[in-house]
Amino acid sequence: MHEIPGTNTFPALDVRGECLVGSVNEVTVAEECRKLEVSQLNTVFKRDGKDLSVLSNINLTVYSGEFICILGPSGCGKSTLLSTIGGFSTPSSGEVRIDGEIVSAPDPRRIFVFQERGVFPWLTVEGNVGFGLFKLSSTERQQRVAHYIRMVGLEGFEKSYPGALSGGMKQRLEVARALAVNPDMLLLDEPFGALDSITRLTMRTELLRIWEAEKKTVIFVTHDIDEAVQLADRVVVMSARPGTIQEIVKIDMAHPRDISSPRYLQLRDGISRQIGLAHGI
Amino acid sequence: MIAIWHFAIARSTSTLLPGPWSVVLGLVDLLQHGLLFKYVVASLFRVTWGFLLALCLAIPAGLAAGWFERLDLALNPIIQILRPISPLAWIPIAILWFGVGDAAAIFLIFVGCFFPLLVTTINAVRNIPSVHIQAGRNFGLGPVTLVMRVLLPAALPQLIVGMRITLGIAWLVVVAAEMIAVNSGLGFLIVDARNAGNRYDLVVAGMVMIGLIGLVIDICMRSLERIPSLRWTYVENA
Repeated sequence: MHEIPGTNTFPALDVRGECLVGSVNEVTVAEECRKLEVSQLNTVFKRDGKDLSVLSNINLTVYSGEFICILGPSGCGKSTLLSTIGGFSTPSSGEVRIDGEIVSAPDPRRIFVFQERGVFPWLTVEGNVGFGLFKLSSTERQQRVAHYIRMVGLEGFEKSYPGALSGGMKQRLEVARALAVNPDMLLLDEPFGALDSITRLTMRTELLRIWEAEKKTVIFVTHDIDEAVQLADRVVVMSARPGTIQEIVKIDMAHPRDISSPRYLQLRDGISRQIGLAHGI
Repeated sequence: MIAIWHFAIARSTSTLLPGPWSVVLGLVDLLQHGLLFKYVVASLFRVTWGFLLALCLAIPAGLAAGWFERLDLALNPIIQILRPISPLAWIPIAILWFGVGDAAAIFLIFVGCFFPLLVTTINAVRNIPSVHIQAGRNFGLGPVTLVMRVLLPAALPQLIVGMRITLGIAWLVVVAAEMIAVNSGLGFLIVDARNAGNRYDLVVAGMVMIGLIGLVIDICMRSLERIPSLRWTYVENA
């Protein structure tokens, strides 16, 4: 539970509690812990008069507090799936339900995080983090902004503009902006794709730390097998054209994960084979 | 440059063209008669109103056309036909509609400013990365707040550049408009000084004032570009 001195706890943080990660993979998961249900989802794009099937018969259930990675080659429709979950694109058939409600439009309860170019360059770090907090009183807003700036380690940069920040800092800023409105879900679309490999590793650790602290449901789209196996509770492996779910792999390892342990390598190589990549180059 | 001007006039045989010193005397003469201040204010008044009027109409229209592709498709042929017509070609019509006076001059400046501003705004809205618009909608902004908090600030750096160029056009147009459609202002001064006995010192004095004020306007607009929330571009951000 997070408390800011002088305020109440953030609403919605106290609702879950029981549906934490450990119980998710058990056979009996309470009905109310189903956060997201995608059923019989199909998406067809029209290209030059021809129908192009982008997503085909996607069925997926995600539980509250789970960290899901959607993994697949580029063009497999994983970003389309994520933006459908976010309410930005409408499926051709099938439905997406979050907490039992059909998703039809974007909503501040589920915030989309893009690569770091998603931050607003005309606002300072403070302005960006406070962007979605227009309904709060100014003291409450200031407290939240300060809290999340601290959480992502951007203290001292409150008055800086994004142009003066590094790629990793901009990415953390965008995560802080998303968390500030206290969403139940974070939808991340290859968020670390544009970062250098060292920053990317740091950002993964940071994201896991924040996820463990905030207990959000996270859906993370990536094309990086290692990233998926390092982060996720379950990895949704997709194949391309039409995009279908090939397999859902449960990563039964506790955090922090030893990325040279036999189990890690076994899981990673299993997924590589599933995608059709031979081991070794 | 002033030195070259001075020596060129000193060596020339023409008696009409004034040297720098006689231009300064001309300016002093205008100041003493209270005309310089009056004419500068008259010109700035017309530019301000014509420009503001264009701004008030072009920005909302540009935001709408930039946002709704169909509106842009409908408007584009009209814009492309009207845009290349020099604002000066509108002088007879302006006089016909508004008579000789401020309204005609303001109308001409409006015509000169409206189309460049409209096209700039449409392009600025088009260039806003979709991630910013998506993020705005994701945080629950309605149509009005989306315009105020995302579209306008995102388009503003480009708009400022467009406004700077357009204000330059406005300043060109006002001089021409004043030569024909009104009887005050710096443009009128130039024509009047020539007609009333070849006072070329006053003609050049008017030109110098036009140049100086144009420079001041440009410096003011440039200082806007240095405001931190405007001092970014998508290029450096990419």
